[in-house]
Amino acid sequence: MVDYLLPKHFSLDSYKWLFSGESQFFRWYGNTLIIASFVAIGQTIMVLMVSYALSRMRFKGRSLLMRVWLILGMFPGFLTMICLYFLLKNFGLTQEGAIPGLILISVASSGMGYYVCKGFFDTIPKSLDEAARIDGASRARIFLTMTIPLSKPIIIYTALTAFMAPWCDYIFASYVAFGHSKSYNVAVAMYRWLKVNDYQGYFTRFCAGGILVAVPVTILFMCLQKYYVEGVTGGAVKG
Amino acid sequence: MKDSKKSGKAAGFFKWIGRDIADIGVTFKEGDWKTRISYLIMGFGPLMRKMYARGIAFLALEAAFIWYMVAFGWDYLAKFTTLGTVETGIDMKTGLRVYGDNSFMILLYGLLTIVLLLLFIFVWRMNIRENRNEEQKLKEGHPLPTLRQDLHSLLDSNFDKTLLALPVAGIFLFTVLPILFMVCVAFTNYDYNHQAPSKLFTWVGLENFKNLFSFGSAGFGSTFFRVLGWTLIWAFFATFLNYFVGMAVAILINKKGVKFKKLWRTILVMTIAVPQFVSLLYVSKMFDKDGLINVYLMKWGWIDSAIPFWQNPMLARIAIIIINLWVGIPYIMLITTGILMNIPEDLYESARIDGANAWQMFRKITLPYMLFVTGPFLLTQYTGNLNNFNIIYLLSGGGPKNLKLTGGAGGTDLLVTWLYKMTINDTNYSMAAVIGIMVFVATAVISLVVYGILPSVKDEEGFQ
Repeated sequence: MVDYLLPKHFSLDSYKWLFSGESQFFRWYGNTLIIASFVAIGQTIMVLMVSYALSRMRFKGRSLLMRVWLILGMFPGFLTMICLYFLLKNFGLTQEGAIPGLILISVASSGMGYYVCKGFFDTIPKSLDEAARIDGASRARIFLTMTIPLSKPIIIYTALTAFMAPWCDYIFASYVAFGHSKSYNVAVAMYRWLKVNDYQGYFTRFCAGGILVAVPVTILFMCLQKYYVEGVTGGAVKG
Repeated sequence: MKDSKKSGKAAGFFKWIGRDIADIGVTFKEGDWKTRISYLIMGFGPLMRKMYARGIAFLALEAAFIWYMVAFGWDYLAKFTTLGTVETGIDMKTGLRVYGDNSFMILLYGLLTIVLLLLFIFVWRMNIRENRNEEQKLKEGHPLPTLRQDLHSLLDSNFDKTLLALPVAGIFLFTVLPILFMVCVAFTNYDYNHQAPSKLFTWVGLENFKNLFSFGSAGFGSTFFRVLGWTLIWAFFATFLNYFVGMAVAILINKKGVKFKKLWRTILVMTIAVPQFVSLLYVSKMFDKDGLINVYLMKWGWIDSAIPFWQNPMLARIAIIIINLWVGIPYIMLITTGILMNIPEDLYESARIDGANAWQMFRKITLPYMLFVTGPFLLTQYTGNLNNFNIIYLLSGGGPKNLKLTGGAGGTDLLVTWLYKMTINDTNYSMAAVIGIMVFVATAVISLVVYGILPSVKDEEGFQ
């Protein structure tokens, strides 16, 4: 039991322990960083592709597609956990391969989160597209050289939210990497410190690790805060 | 009114199918021999008309499909109705393990085969339409598009297909197929006693749904309604309490004369950046029996014994709602700040001239305006909170445990955390699937009903 708020004496022991070879903390940290980076890139590309197609193109089955995706989004995510696990296992993407597996799962279905980005594309005047088309530019060219450069705020917003999510992913990550500590991400490992390992000894280490996780993410977030606020508020008003 | 509309839609669908089949017949009757052979050998027509790329693509798809069906598909499809009959066991003579059917794989690949079959029919129909188009173009003397033109159209007029191919495939494989699979599992007896691959499971019809609504000692009925009730109450508080307090904070910061506006906002927004599993686990420890809060309250002599925040269901619920307030306020503040600034200032001006006080202005101007604009947002917040796994799981883990409840449910379990527990602890997959379907039903019903009565949907220009 701790009955004082300010520490009686300061020490960097917990940090030393994290940096020492005894813990695999930096392996887990690296795992999470890899997952977060790839997910951020992949998810942004997926969302941009879907949003442009739905915002600018009119094709057969467009509204059907949007309606089906809306309905799919109403199923709870954990429902499909065991099925996804076996799908990944078939591809050899569990345990040792958990990291690419987790990236695949997060990126594959991310097209469904197109709402905010499509809302942004809808606000870019269509007359710009038409002018470019008259000049003979193809759709692909308009998308790559005109729409994307105009969408910097929304791209940063999408990438930032995608980058932050894997740092919290405990449930599915622990399920996929089950029993293979080299594939853990920080959330899984640190949750295990608290719940599986001895609580008293590991609590300070948990706090130290928490700081190491929170500080870089927070700094990144602070730098890009402007874009985040734009994305959140824009998405909410349009509903 | 609505029913007639729906039946009209269904009738339209059947008419469309009828017309399509008639069209297939007409194409066959009027088509030349190249087209007719294409009915069996896909892509034959295009190949003979020197459209090699399209012809080869169709032919390759047909070959791949036939190979898939012969190699795996047919096996799985044939066993789909029983989900396997041969159990894995040990051969008495040799003492070796003999592998039987794997119900899990049969169900999964059976579903995949059915979907591929439908997809193949669709491609086959495309192949016929392709033939008809080509014939017509040749008859009218138009040249057929070259490969170069085809490829260019994929970047231009057909760019949507290029863009959507990958996302749609990904969503199909990793969202649609798993959901179909789990919906099927809800109609089987896939549980602790029927674990694939060593044991078989099979279809049981509506048995699991009966179990969900049975109120006996082993039934899930009473637990289900208890958990559902708390889920709805939780979502209500988590949405509206956060909304009003968040809005109040936003108004407070917006007020003229408040200094360091940006600093206050930044401090609040920082809580979004810290990963929830760090902040929430830490707070969870703080409220523990020997956590910071209890220790201090005891030290100051306010209480004699520790308050059992996570051991008493009522206290746990209240604590969760309060802690969630702390998590949710920054989001709401961010969202409402922008909208609050958009309220026309002259509305307040005239109210002030009429002698309204601050509370009256809030009730008559701010609140109606905000509710109107953020209606759809509140709806998505509510449905999101129904499935708010992180808060519950990281704070209380769904506890405290209650032995009267079935399926390992605890006092603060939401439907989703209960679903998770049943999957992980009890491996009762079939009941977990049933609960998942119930979550879907609840979400869909609430969304549809509320969406219908939202003022901003009914009357888009009500506030302009």
